[in-house]
Amino acid sequence: MQLKEAFLELIRRAATDLPPDVEAVLQKAYEKEDDNTPAKNVFATILENVKLARKQSTPICQDTGSLVFYIDYPEGGKERDYRQAIEWATVEATNRQYLRPNSVDPVTGKNSGNNLGVNAPYIHFHQWDRDEVRVRLLLKGGGSENVGSQYKLPHPPLNAGRDLKGVRKVVIDAVKNAQGLGCAPGTIGIGLGGGRDTSYSLSKEQFFRKIGQRNQDPELARFEEQLLEELNQLEIGPMGFGGKTTVLDVFVGKQARHPATYYVSVSYNCWAFRRKTMTIKNGEVRYDD
Amino acid sequence: MTIKLKTPISEEEIRNLKIGDTVLLSGVIVTARDQAHKLMVEEKPEFIRPYLKESVVYHCGPVVRKDENGNWQFVSAGPTTSAREEPYQSIVIGEYNVRGVIGKGGMGPKTAEGLKKYGAVYFHAVGGAGTLIANRVKRVLDVFKLEEFGTPEAFWVIEVEDFPLVVTVDAHGNSMHKEILEKSSKIAEELINKNV
Ligand code: SF4
Repeated sequence: MQLKEAFLELIRRAATDLPPDVEAVLQKAYEKEDDNTPAKNVFATILENVKLARKQSTPICQDTGSLVFYIDYPEGGKERDYRQAIEWATVEATNRQYLRPNSVDPVTGKNSGNNLGVNAPYIHFHQWDRDEVRVRLLLKGGGSENVGSQYKLPHPPLNAGRDLKGVRKVVIDAVKNAQGLGCAPGTIGIGLGGGRDTSYSLSKEQFFRKIGQRNQDPELARFEEQLLEELNQLEIGPMGFGGKTTVLDVFVGKQARHPATYYVSVSYNCWAFRRKTMTIKNGEVRYDD
Repeated sequence: MTIKLKTPISEEEIRNLKIGDTVLLSGVIVTARDQAHKLMVEEKPEFIRPYLKESVVYHCGPVVRKDENGNWQFVSAGPTTSAREEPYQSIVIGEYNVRGVIGKGGMGPKTAEGLKKYGAVYFHAVGGAGTLIANRVKRVLDVFKLEEFGTPEAFWVIEVEDFPLVVTVDAHGNSMHKEILEKSSKIAEELINKNV
């Protein structure tokens, strides 16, 4: 398979085939809700939708999001080759209705019609020591992007200081403010530390984890579990209709901060958590979730 | 319990609905987003009037394609955020005699007033269920302003069958969004003050 075709298939899978770990946690959420409630019906609809999209190879959601690629490549690889392949695949995926045109110029207001634009798709390159290429793709929905938020600690309105106790407070606040608007139940990515920009990036990179995959740091792993439990006590429920599942999982990442700053970025990923990975080794392509 | 509704819908049927009701909607409805709403308020076009009377506006920017026979087909068509139509919605409901609005995220006080005044409700669709909802679209009857507005913003006149919805703002001034916001805000406050 040619590189560009491999990318096209990656995009198709991301848009139409929800990862099994996400589907499984949605199934669990369905089973937890009481019969004949709006929440139960929503989960039933979501699950049926996921199966239909996979079967028909049509987008799970009509907002196919912004494309975010993270590429790790071995020495000798050329960024230009990957970029060209991605651009071709993006245009082709749009032609085939795997993607909706979602790239708009903020000044002219014009939609490019093919998902290309300045920094669109967004590609993050990283060279590594392995002899294989790893491509991770996230399709990030616009509605859920709108409910993300960033806090600067200390945050006096909530009495939130510069420690995990303070982080806990602002995260609860962020998810409460999001209500159902980001197509709840969402997965929450949290970035601690860094500057304003890297803090948000870190929070979004968490979405390359699988549901249930805890942070390797035991303290942060416990913190994630605590937040998951507490955020679900908010009973915002799917779509904000009330219910037992408000978030599907919580991922926290940390990085060094400047002594004067303490940022907490909260990114929200809708239930349509579309991520796929592709590995290329010795010319062979393998897809994973 | 699930209530089956079919357009055209009478005022009485609408006033009987209450928040939390699950509805399966069938019949002809019309998609409209920002540009379409702006047009309906500023120019009040006649072409869309017969389709909107006692019918429903759907906030949706679909992915579409043409089948082998050249007929339009909906590929993925979930709801979009409704809040953007807040400045226009109430006027559109009154002007065109609309009985319902479908979208996601709920709407503001101006729309809630309009729903009460004219006898209409806000239906919440399942955000993200694009493929499933497209499968419930049986037929595309017509499309207006396609050239000018582009696919997502055009008026798509569609016939739906068993479109799954939940009433979240009724014609009596009740809002599920308000209730859940109040309830969850209280819980959040308690959690935040717990100081664990
Ligand atoms: S928030 Fe996600 S599920 Fe909801 S409409 Fe946007 S992309 Fe689709």
